[in-house]
Amino acid sequence: MAEQTTILNLTDEEFVHPGNRACSGCGLSIVYRVGLKALGRDTILVVPPSCLTVLQGLYPIAATQLPCLNVTFASTAAAATGVLGALRAQGREKTTVAAWAGDGGTSDIGLQALSGACERGEDLIYLCYDNEAYMNTGVQRSGTTPRHVITTTTPITGKHQKKKDVPAIIAAHGIDFVATASAAYPLDLFDKIKAAKQISGPRYLHIHTPCPAGWGFSSRYSVKIGRLAVETGLFDLYVIENGQFRLTGQSQKMLGKKRLPVIAYFKTQSRFRGMTEDQVAQIQSEVDAKWAGYEKMMGEEAGC
Amino acid sequence: MHIIESGNVAAALGVKLAGVQVIAAYPITPQTPLTEKLSELVDSGDMKAEYIPVESEHSALSVCIAASSAGSRTFTATSANGLLYMNEQLHWAAGARLPIVMCVVNRGVGAPWTVWNDHQDAISQRDTGWIQLYACDHQQIIDTVLKAFCLAETVSSPVMVCYDGYILSHTYMPFEIPHEDAVQQFLPPFTPEYKLDPKFPANLNTVTLPDPRPDVRGELAPGYMEIRHNLHMDMRRSLDVIADIETKFTDVFGRGGTPFIEPYRCEDADYVAVCLGSLSYHLRDVIDMLREEGVAIGVAGLRVYRPFPDQAIRDAFSHKKGLIVFEKALSYGYEGPLYADIKAALYAVSDRPTVRNYILGLGGREIKTTQLAAALRESCQVSAGSTDVPEFIGLKM
Repeated sequence: MAEQTTILNLTDEEFVHPGNRACSGCGLSIVYRVGLKALGRDTILVVPPSCLTVLQGLYPIAATQLPCLNVTFASTAAAATGVLGALRAQGREKTTVAAWAGDGGTSDIGLQALSGACERGEDLIYLCYDNEAYMNTGVQRSGTTPRHVITTTTPITGKHQKKKDVPAIIAAHGIDFVATASAAYPLDLFDKIKAAKQISGPRYLHIHTPCPAGWGFSSRYSVKIGRLAVETGLFDLYVIENGQFRLTGQSQKMLGKKRLPVIAYFKTQSRFRGMTEDQVAQIQSEVDAKWAGYEKMMGEEAGC
Repeated sequence: MHIIESGNVAAALGVKLAGVQVIAAYPITPQTPLTEKLSELVDSGDMKAEYIPVESEHSALSVCIAASSAGSRTFTATSANGLLYMNEQLHWAAGARLPIVMCVVNRGVGAPWTVWNDHQDAISQRDTGWIQLYACDHQQIIDTVLKAFCLAETVSSPVMVCYDGYILSHTYMPFEIPHEDAVQQFLPPFTPEYKLDPKFPANLNTVTLPDPRPDVRGELAPGYMEIRHNLHMDMRRSLDVIADIETKFTDVFGRGGTPFIEPYRCEDADYVAVCLGSLSYHLRDVIDMLREEGVAIGVAGLRVYRPFPDQAIRDAFSHKKGLIVFEKALSYGYEGPLYADIKAALYAVSDRPTVRNYILGLGGREIKTTQLAAALRESCQVSAGSTDVPEFIGLKM
């Protein structure tokens, strides 16, 4: 990856207007503001129904300075494909096409269209902001809601199933660029989008996006909680470029070091309030096993 | 140039002549040969267009919606359940006022599965805001595709070109390929009022409130209801545009001239059979037969189903003794949808004709000339009157 961006040399050009309709403390407002800076002015956005639809503003007022096509829930990646087709037909290929969807719009209803676009090798950047439930409709479980989380459709015993590993599913299509990022590490996100812009074909970014209203924490802690997800090893920052996996940023720094226990993350949010000690221990052992795998993989790479 | 080819190929050649820039399609019987032909035309370099082989019909129309929003002329085609899978996107395309053209190769819908022809697929999408045109033969298919783009781009609404699966899609007939120069005269390149462009950013299809709302300059922008009213009124006005385009087409190509109703021996007829699609040509033989028996009868094929050409129907049929509406579709729990529309169109006519309704050919059930003749003979008796409920032709219960 190219030189790291710092807060000193991050572009001060803004594409998202202040006073938009995001909730206070919204992780997406960080992600979107920084993401559009990285994408730049020559970009067309494609957005399905999601919190972002609301953030964008109500007709006839728009919250962003980039052209945006609002599309139906299941069609995001196919719609991006259509924009690309028109741009090719008109010789406007230089313009970047970026699809922004939530976790429900990506992992559930939008997965087929996304898979199709990846298989066809469409020249698009797809950004999934993962706030781990259907937040826009009022915190219903999604495919990427973690286990044991209380949502409005898992209201008593929490979600019983694991979080769907969408980046792995997308990586299995054999595309050249898959990355994870977090709203709590905006400069890492910025650099990853910049890196994605350097190559063509389908590029997928999965962005962990804390949501004060849906997760049950005070809106001033969005960044702190996003960092805790990474520091406990629950959500990892990585890049898969040309099939090569490597941890990046804070996650890379944690290799060979002691991580914070997962309980440090769980206890900050009311959505985990139903978890038993056994369940926390189970998740801890799964995170430990995952990280043992990372350590082994890095050790093998160092050894050869 | 005249050639002998299938109805699907006629449609594909129309799409090529129209200079379509982005095609997206997903295979479904009996539309498939149309899609195959288009992919062949693009792959061989005979047609300069983007052909996008999507993973579903929902995505096919998504691609067209987005490509049209980005300023390209777009086309897709489907049948039956493929059309139904697009339903959400049909509404979206019409609401977004995009001039997409789609061939619907008519087929019955499941369950149970059928691959054979009827009109339930297109008719069930009546209220999506799409203009629906029907073709009766291969010449009409290729001509209607060209007219459809002209119409769609004039009124900013999407258009379906419907033709019967197998009966037209897979049979071979002679037809003339319009000359390229004439097509260019008839159908200039697509110049959208707005296209997605970073130089002129706009947020399209945003959440819209029930009431009008001021923009940043204080000017009032329409609310959802005003936008819907505009769509409806523009659909009504498109009837005039359909007539104008038919005149223009006839001037350039020397064919056509019947934008709404294509009559056959109707002028001196007391009774008229009415239907959509190729059946109206099938009925011409029956009409000839009955004319020899001395029955004063004709047949009229409706070329437009939405917007409904109610005035044209009143002009053509108000003074007739009786209309016999044959339909390959049903509004379950009521009657044939076209029958209901025709009755409504004639309601204000004081001495209106009797109207009878026959349902036939569902799921490809064979339609026999003898059955049609018997139904018409019965309907043309002085005592026949209107039907209370639709009668089914060829039902084996």
